[in-house]
Amino acid sequence: MRKNLNVIAAYSIMMVLIILVGVFQSWNIALSIFNMCLISAVMTMGANIQWGYAGLINFGIMGYTALGGLAAVLISVDPVQEAWSAGGFDILMCLWLIIALVLIIRFILKNFQKSKVRTYSIAALIISGIILIRFTAEPGIEAIEDINPAKTGFLGGFGLPIIFSWIVGAFFAGGLAFIVGKVALGLRADYLAIATLLISEIVIAIIKHEDWLTRGVKNVIGLKRPAPYEVDLQSTDWFITLVEKFNSGKLEVFSNLSDRQAALNQLVIEGSSIFVKLCYSGLFLTVVIILLILTQKALYSPWGRMMRAIRDNEEAANAMGKNVVKQHLLIFILGSAIVGIAGAMLVTQDGLFTPGSYRPMRYTFLIWVMVIVGGSGNNFGAILGGFAVWFLWIEAAPIALFLINFFTAGMSETHALKLHLIESVPYFRFLMMGLGLLLIMRYRPKGILPEKIEIK
Amino acid sequence: MDILNALILLLNYIFIPALTYGSQLALGAIFVTLIYGILRFANFATGDMMAFGTMVTILFTWYFQSLGISLGVLPTALLAIPFGILFMIIYMLSIDKFVFKYYRVNKSPPVQLAMVSIGVMFVTQAVVRIIIGPSDQRFFDGEKFIIKAREFKEMTGLNEGLALKSTQVITVLVTIVLVSLLFWFLNKTKTGKSMKAYSDNEDLALLSGIDPKKIVMITWIIAGILATIGGALYGLDKSFKPFTYFNNMLPIFAAAIVGGIGNPFGAFLGGYVIAFSEIFLTYAYKKFFIYILPESMEPESLVQLLSTDYKFAVSFSILVIVLLYRPSGIFKGKVL
Repeated sequence: MRKNLNVIAAYSIMMVLIILVGVFQSWNIALSIFNMCLISAVMTMGANIQWGYAGLINFGIMGYTALGGLAAVLISVDPVQEAWSAGGFDILMCLWLIIALVLIIRFILKNFQKSKVRTYSIAALIISGIILIRFTAEPGIEAIEDINPAKTGFLGGFGLPIIFSWIVGAFFAGGLAFIVGKVALGLRADYLAIATLLISEIVIAIIKHEDWLTRGVKNVIGLKRPAPYEVDLQSTDWFITLVEKFNSGKLEVFSNLSDRQAALNQLVIEGSSIFVKLCYSGLFLTVVIILLILTQKALYSPWGRMMRAIRDNEEAANAMGKNVVKQHLLIFILGSAIVGIAGAMLVTQDGLFTPGSYRPMRYTFLIWVMVIVGGSGNNFGAILGGFAVWFLWIEAAPIALFLINFFTAGMSETHALKLHLIESVPYFRFLMMGLGLLLIMRYRPKGILPEKIEIK
Repeated sequence: MDILNALILLLNYIFIPALTYGSQLALGAIFVTLIYGILRFANFATGDMMAFGTMVTILFTWYFQSLGISLGVLPTALLAIPFGILFMIIYMLSIDKFVFKYYRVNKSPPVQLAMVSIGVMFVTQAVVRIIIGPSDQRFFDGEKFIIKAREFKEMTGLNEGLALKSTQVITVLVTIVLVSLLFWFLNKTKTGKSMKAYSDNEDLALLSGIDPKKIVMITWIIAGILATIGGALYGLDKSFKPFTYFNNMLPIFAAAIVGGIGNPFGAFLGGYVIAFSEIFLTYAYKKFFIYILPESMEPESLVQLLSTDYKFAVSFSILVIVLLYRPSGIFKGKVL
């Protein structure tokens, strides 16, 4: 108990902060912050597995998040039949061509000695393959994008419940991580960072511009939900009775029946959105707890010890007969898959997929701030980092506004400087994140909850 | 005649824009490579530092414009750049003193320094956005074109026009002057040589009496000059928007690595490699082929290798290929 005191204290402070938001601002805001905190926590767990367990830098978190989101779209949206009949054949042909190309290249790599001729012929093969694929795909893509472009204009998905996408998202992200890992993991740390960052940009570019698959910047809206809709709840009897029971104290004040009905209606509307958010919280919390149990088990297993050994001294671990390359690839895939889950969860919560909103500041660097601030190598630390940093990210604007008003209290209301500062309140969050990161790195380089290894 | 038309077309839409863009990238890439070679970390705040320098330049430009000072046909910003450089150097040196110095003295691993530079990136981004705001700012004045497309057509009687913007000429000229000065400094002066020595082998350099503090200071000063001029030229030619500058960090990194990180000359060429391949691969050659091929063979499609949406993706793919086959860059950089 005692040795976990700081963990418990840190989490209680975090919970109190969120509850304070609920009391002073509104429970709706508090719950949406809490939900986003949970999603951030999943992302930080993924990044923490890579960085904290194995010391691999992955600056491509944005790409895996977006792939998870793409999974949510492809799983939950109903298939667009006309689009399939118009261009589905061409797209499937392309898929076969890609598979064939990959197999041929694999065959060449396996069966021929490394030589200049081999390299050049592979390059020529790839280039001619790309040209061939473009020519096959072009008519199909055009046909698909022409079908009702305002509403669909893409192939659609499988029409399954969106919750499955959380698993599929993990597979998508893991698949990409396999390719990226095969290609880039041999690089030195900062090169790996740059390479993963750039690859994630390529992924985003593809998602943004391949309209037949993702609708691109036209966004996909109105995704199915795993939780009930507010509108349905507001007309459901059991929910209304529930709200009535819950607020019976408040409602007793009204003697007039119509006043009471109006107040109840208001409460039901508020209650419904809180109820929906609570449903999401429950789902997300389940994911976080399952992942936490799994990652903790992994951390203290022989495998976790091996990963730490590899992280702390690659050569020594190699000499002991551990396959460093293979383990790096494995952990890179696992971490990215977890980030993919988070990406699917994010799209599930929002109910929309907006490829244009994936930006490295928000989805890569902010997650890294969370990991570093929370404590790399410690799962509880990583989750706490997700909570604390997301909380600060959202509440930075009110805090900055308060500080500005405090420091410029002497100035008149129309002073140009004061107005300018108030106008730029949203950007103070970058300042806070940066200063927070710099201070933590300087004075507590292992994070708020540092890594602690118990040897039993 | 058709051949001439085709050449002018390529010159107008590929060669001149790529040369300009490449020069802007090259300045940024030399900045990255110097920091990497001498201070030994990948500086993720590159784009935002360039934005900071440009912002100061813009503020001074506006100030001069309000005073009525101008350079006639040349943009007023050229007058403001020295002030931008001054502020930039002060900003960089203070960041170095308060942030990077601690890790350098403690000999932290490069990864940690890269993380710290992310903190600096956040702070710089906030400072720029708080001071000048996130929106587009134009600060160009003076004569816009040296040759206008229509005048060129009338002059030569060709079908294709050639437009030459003054910012393009300024960019290329300034880059040539600046880069030749830089290489003269690095190769011929004593300080420059000691910088190279420090970059090659820190311990040996210290043994031979080179003062590391001085080296670090000079590196930041040069970096400040390059960052401000590169940023200001980009802003003059296109427009200034903090988010674009942050994004430009990526092709700049690509240029630095393609050229061999730690090797300034490689970075310089890397900028052009990236710029030319981006524009070559995403240009639609339809009109070009219409000029040079007989009518029966005219292409129907756009003859575009990749759509312009993938402009960034091109440079990143080149980078990934280079990293895989020649991690030290096309022009050998630091051996990793």
